[in-house]
Amino acid sequence: MNRYPLWKNATVLIALVLGLLYTLPNFFGEAPAVQVASVKATHKVDARLMSQVEAALKAAAVTPQGVVLDLNSIRVRLADTDTQLKAKDAIEKALNPVAAEASYSVALNLVSDSPNWLSGIHALPMYLGLDLRGGVHFLLQVDMKGALTKRLDSIGADLRGLMRDKNIRHGGIVREGQTVAIRFRDAEARDKARAVLNDSQPDLQLVDAQDGADFRLVATLKLQAEKRIQEFAVKQNITTLHNRINELGVAEPVIQQQGIDRIVVQLPGVQDTAKAKDILGRTATLEVRMVDDEASANMDIMEQAARGQPPPGTEYYIERGGRGLLVKKQVVLTGERLTDAQAGFDSQTQEPAVHLSLDSSGARIFKDVTRESVGKRMAILLIEKGKGEVVTAPVIRTEIGGGRVQISGRMSTVEANDVALLLRAGSLAAPMEIIEERTVGPSLGADNIAKGFNSTMWGFIAISVFMISYYLLFGVVSVLALSANLLFLVALLSLLQATLTLPGIAAIALTLGMAIDANVLINERVREELRGGNSPQASITAGYERAWATILDSNITTLIAGVALLIFGSGPVRGFAVVHCLGILTSIFSSVVVSRALINLIYGHRRKLGSVSIGQVWKPGV
Amino acid sequence: MEFFRIRKDIPFMRHALVFNIISLITFLAAVFFLATKGLHFSVEFTGGTLLEVSYTQAPDLGKIRQQLESDGFADPQVQNFGSSRDVLIRVPLTKGAESSKVGEQVMASLMKVPEGTQSAGAGGTASAMTPQLKRVEFVGPQVGKELAEDGALALLLVIVGIVLYLAFRFEWRFAVSAIIANLHDVVIILGFFAFFRWEFSLPVLAAVLAVLGYSVNESVVVFDRVRETFKKKRGMTTPQVLDHAITSTISRTIITHGSTQMMVTSMLIFGGAALHYFALALTIGICFGIYSSVLVASPLVMWMGVSREQFVKPKAEKQEAVV
Repeated sequence: MNRYPLWKNATVLIALVLGLLYTLPNFFGEAPAVQVASVKATHKVDARLMSQVEAALKAAAVTPQGVVLDLNSIRVRLADTDTQLKAKDAIEKALNPVAAEASYSVALNLVSDSPNWLSGIHALPMYLGLDLRGGVHFLLQVDMKGALTKRLDSIGADLRGLMRDKNIRHGGIVREGQTVAIRFRDAEARDKARAVLNDSQPDLQLVDAQDGADFRLVATLKLQAEKRIQEFAVKQNITTLHNRINELGVAEPVIQQQGIDRIVVQLPGVQDTAKAKDILGRTATLEVRMVDDEASANMDIMEQAARGQPPPGTEYYIERGGRGLLVKKQVVLTGERLTDAQAGFDSQTQEPAVHLSLDSSGARIFKDVTRESVGKRMAILLIEKGKGEVVTAPVIRTEIGGGRVQISGRMSTVEANDVALLLRAGSLAAPMEIIEERTVGPSLGADNIAKGFNSTMWGFIAISVFMISYYLLFGVVSVLALSANLLFLVALLSLLQATLTLPGIAAIALTLGMAIDANVLINERVREELRGGNSPQASITAGYERAWATILDSNITTLIAGVALLIFGSGPVRGFAVVHCLGILTSIFSSVVVSRALINLIYGHRRKLGSVSIGQVWKPGV
Repeated sequence: MEFFRIRKDIPFMRHALVFNIISLITFLAAVFFLATKGLHFSVEFTGGTLLEVSYTQAPDLGKIRQQLESDGFADPQVQNFGSSRDVLIRVPLTKGAESSKVGEQVMASLMKVPEGTQSAGAGGTASAMTPQLKRVEFVGPQVGKELAEDGALALLLVIVGIVLYLAFRFEWRFAVSAIIANLHDVVIILGFFAFFRWEFSLPVLAAVLAVLGYSVNESVVVFDRVRETFKKKRGMTTPQVLDHAITSTISRTIITHGSTQMMVTSMLIFGGAALHYFALALTIGICFGIYSSVLVASPLVMWMGVSREQFVKPKAEKQEAVV
């Protein structure tokens, strides 16, 4: 009767094998590696770059142990730190011939040293939090109100232009807090204005107001428009941060939205907070300038310009296609006039296109410039760290009014997306403030790992010694079940790639200490049944079955606490809660099912069982 | 081996009143200290900047404090952390100043601490007195407030969840007495933290809530037995049933808590300063957990008038018991 059906044994076996498989990568440690990522959105990380990297390594006579291309980086695994440095130099030289104009970041990194077949089944080592590997953590608060006022300011400017275009007389347009108010002398003008605004400004909600003799029209942003602007602000800030952090050459930066208005930035391995902060806060600018087409067409002048002697009043740039280009120094428009840039399609030709929106004064300038320069080219430049780069240089086909600009032609969808992103990435959509900062030195991280590991190990040993000496063979089974629990827990954490922090390690230890409860309950119950005079086989059955209800109840109450922590916890508490909850789930399985499978294996097949090894069963009065 | 050679049920309930008075006194004392001394919240809750720096030789904390104060940091706390060479510095939030820069300013200030600051003086070379930054934490005011709110919400959710679950699985009397008994643990842990001015940080909050869930376990195990005994044995009075249930689970109670405590002790010894208060909160929670869930929850159930009829009547209940 103490025998498990085949499927149950098979389940336990499969669980154990899977557990072992996914725990395995944690034992291999890490190998030195070189990681290549793109610094500029115009340079893609792709197979072509990978072959370039491989060629560079070959030329330097470095044999990598593996070159892997993933979403946005190339990782080269190497045998030791000496070759790592050599490889880094070789790749750096090949990819960034001029150090000052680096297009790729080449960083030293560590990658898992587990064999490829393990990585192939997504068996990766646990993902360590910053407190365990060292690095910088920032929590940034996006100023949503700032994003809205910025938008309202530009709407105010738009309205001014609109009123003028439609010949509606008004007594001034001002932004008052989160509203824009327009004054009129009479109700007629206000009605006319309202009709115009309803047509052209779908984002605005209009309310009439009377202020003494003045008629006022108060415009507020509609709720969904407000939401859209805020979402856009956070998204754009994240994009901008990504671009900037790429320059730092951080191996695995984490940039995530947290809540509706916060951004988490984690930079493992970075120690220099001052530099990190400087880069996070920097702004890039966008400029629109005219191209000197005549000079650009002249081969002689271009040759000279390429050698660093451009004609006066112009600058020499290389377009994305690789062709040279002379751009006038005079700035037509700056990025501040740009309110949005989206990739899309031309409504007539269905070609991929980038749609730009300019604010009203930007639109006016743009209209004037385009009227005068039909057939000529204009260049859009991204200026960062005092150096410009031509994002795109389209030909002006007609006069463009209304502030809606479309750039199309000879562009793929991907390119359109890139250009839109670059144009948006120029600046932050809303100001940000650092509201939390944590720096952990690498030695402290290693220290924390050792401390967490030692606590768990010695606690585990103490419990094992006690359980085995108190419950003998049943104790051995309990300890094996507890080891299985640890195995499952580590495997799950590796599989889910949940962030392991120091409180997380503490949770592993605590969960193990609590999980032994189930086995104590079972063993005590079996002893009690034996004490009551039951046969050993019946005692085992009754012990496990009676204890089950209690184990379930007690684990559920613990789980309630764990889930509450998971919902409301943040930072270190969350790391604790994740491990705690997972640990409770694995402990139910391992302490009940796995330990029962072992007991069944040991005692189940014996028809005549005289006694079981569970320590002394003391009976009162004997 | 058998540690628990108990011949007869131990008459715990005879002394129920005494136990309840003892816990009432400890509880009131804890509340008193919480009210008068208050909790010493960590930077995570209060907002501010925390730096952990290490020197190659033990520095003079007083000099560091003086230097910080003369550089315009109001009320800086300077203390040793782990060893005499590691120093923990806390600077509260200051209005107006660019708060995220405080970390750098403190480091600059530490560099200025005059030479020969050690009492011995002789070994104080320049490099020995240069602090090495190990950790910086800056928390803005909005984060701290949120954390405190979230912590309170988490506590509330745990209480409601556990009461509902126990009321559903057992009886409302059990649910109420279990949660009262264990909340009294929580208050006592907090009382300890207030009395000794130990730092109440986020991991400690996690420990407190984990202990709450864990101690309720204890009550659940006893209550399971109470229910079982009510159903199986007739003719026992309620106190006798409670005594029997506690006595027959006492071995498990002690062994389980002992095992968990072994793990926690190991954390206290090997976990270092970072896990110290976490483990300390757990230790207090485990010790009082045994006491309260057995000797506070059970008398409470008795006072509330639990009886056999509440368990035996409905048939559906009985089927559940066989499971």
